Amino acid sequence: MGSRASTLLRDEELEEIKKETGFSHSQITRLYSRFTSLDKGENGTLREDQVNFRGFMRTLAHFRPIEDNEKSKDVNGPEPLNSRSNKLHFAFRLYDLDKDEKISRDELLQVLRMMVGVNISDEQLGSIADRTIQEADQDGDSAISFTEFVKVLEKVDVEQKMSIRFLH
Amino acid sequence: MEGAELAGKILSTWLTLVLGFILLPSVFGVSLGISEIYMKILVKTLEGLEAIVEDEVTQRFSSEELVSWNLLTRTNVNFQYISLRLTMVWVLGVIVRYCVLLPLRVTLAFIGISLLVIGTTLVGQLPDSSLKNWLSELVHLTCCRICVRALSGTIHYHNKQYRPQKGGICVANHTSPIDVLILTTDGCYAMVGQVHGGLMGIIQRAMVKACPHVWFERSEMKDRHLVTKRLKEHIADKKKLPILIFPEGTCINNTSVMMFKKGSFEIGGTIHPVAIKYNPQFGDAFWNSSKYNMVSYLLRMMTSWAIVCDVWYMPPMTREEGEDAVQFANRVKSAIAIQGGLTELPWDGGLKRAKVKDIFKEEQQKNYSKMIVGNGSLS
Repeated sequence: MGSRASTLLRDEELEEIKKETGFSHSQITRLYSRFTSLDKGENGTLREDQVNFRGFMRTLAHFRPIEDNEKSKDVNGPEPLNSRSNKLHFAFRLYDLDKDEKISRDELLQVLRMMVGVNISDEQLGSIADRTIQEADQDGDSAISFTEFVKVLEKVDVEQKMSIRFLH
Repeated sequence: MEGAELAGKILSTWLTLVLGFILLPSVFGVSLGISEIYMKILVKTLEGLEAIVEDEVTQRFSSEELVSWNLLTRTNVNFQYISLRLTMVWVLGVIVRYCVLLPLRVTLAFIGISLLVIGTTLVGQLPDSSLKNWLSELVHLTCCRICVRALSGTIHYHNKQYRPQKGGICVANHTSPIDVLILTTDGCYAMVGQVHGGLMGIIQRAMVKACPHVWFERSEMKDRHLVTKRLKEHIADKKKLPILIFPEGTCINNTSVMMFKKGSFEIGGTIHPVAIKYNPQFGDAFWNSSKYNMVSYLLRMMTSWAIVCDVWYMPPMTREEGEDAVQFANRVKSAIAIQGGLTELPWDGGLKRAKVKDIFKEEQQKNYSKMIVGNGSLS
């Protein structure tokens, strides 16, 4: 009874994921069946990225909407994955390709190139990247650190923009 | 020859029963009230059970996880062992569904389909005339009603005054092959689709003898112009039945309406939108074709409690000046979504089988480029 998917996810694992990500029991089982539908090769990971279910859930956890009753919940515990700071860190890591906690001009150019495709010339893209770094850079190292990144986005409603409404 | 006499008696009683209880009521569209009584009993039982479940469960689970349990474990992924009493009731439910309801339903379905094939073939022998059309409508309606009873279907039709007219195109959201059954119980349509082999093929060939449907060979489906041409010819003939098309192109799980493919909206003519919404409490009608094949899907349907749904007919729409097919498709899609209480999603239903088409990626890239060049700096 029930889909094959729900029998492959052990209860202990489910509890661990629940604690780590804050998703509810039903949400996790639902997302597990989504994961298995995406995993066409049935080897427990999503192709190309080699993301397993834990990694998948950890990533999705960043996008869980912040509920009102959560804000005052666990002041002493570890910061939840969907806090504003963690959401911003997730976005930062998208640009920081070599994981050195800095977004260099090259990294920015690479990511921008992926996002605009063929629609902008190299020179124009270069000057956009330069201008961006100029405006954000405060310590003069021609790269954007995480603190500078956060400062730039301080007026943006990241909690709302980086949230997906997961069905219960 | 006692054996033969007995067999003869059984056969004649059985035939009278079939005729009296199934065929005649279906022909006249009259209900004997059996389905209604069944539904009433079902609703009362499930309500009672909900009370029991809540009693035993609220201490152990938070309300968000066990909203309502309709004894169909497969639609409630959270079935946990709660108590012996509840499991017993669930087992009883399984027995009733598989041993009582299933054989009855399979028999009914068998009768319905055989009558359809035989009926349409017979009607097809007649020369073209209004009598033939009337008879073919009668055969179609009767057999569809029998098949719907085979699923214990309870359908509410709203706004019957907007029922699709001849020479128009009927457009609806797609959840399962049963959608076709539900719509044809209340009116006759010309179907559009691929020629299949096997049982489906037999049914298709029989149906087309009685009234013109538009069946395509697999190779023809790839040629979009050919498809559009044939459909245009069909609706140009005002005497032909309205075409039934599902623009999503695939089955969706009835919580949302996905992208409507523009092909159906390029044909021209009047579009009659129809919204179909199933009530999941009695049975989950969604056909996940990557998970279940047709036979196991039908088995699931026939072992559900009932299929309950609402059908809303909507006022006809036509393409306005300066509107292209995609915009028109989106307009119709919104109307259907609002009427059926479904969410609207812009994504292609075909994504469950294939990756996003490159043109959509390129469109996003264009939009993003406009954004950063236009602004020139961070906001």
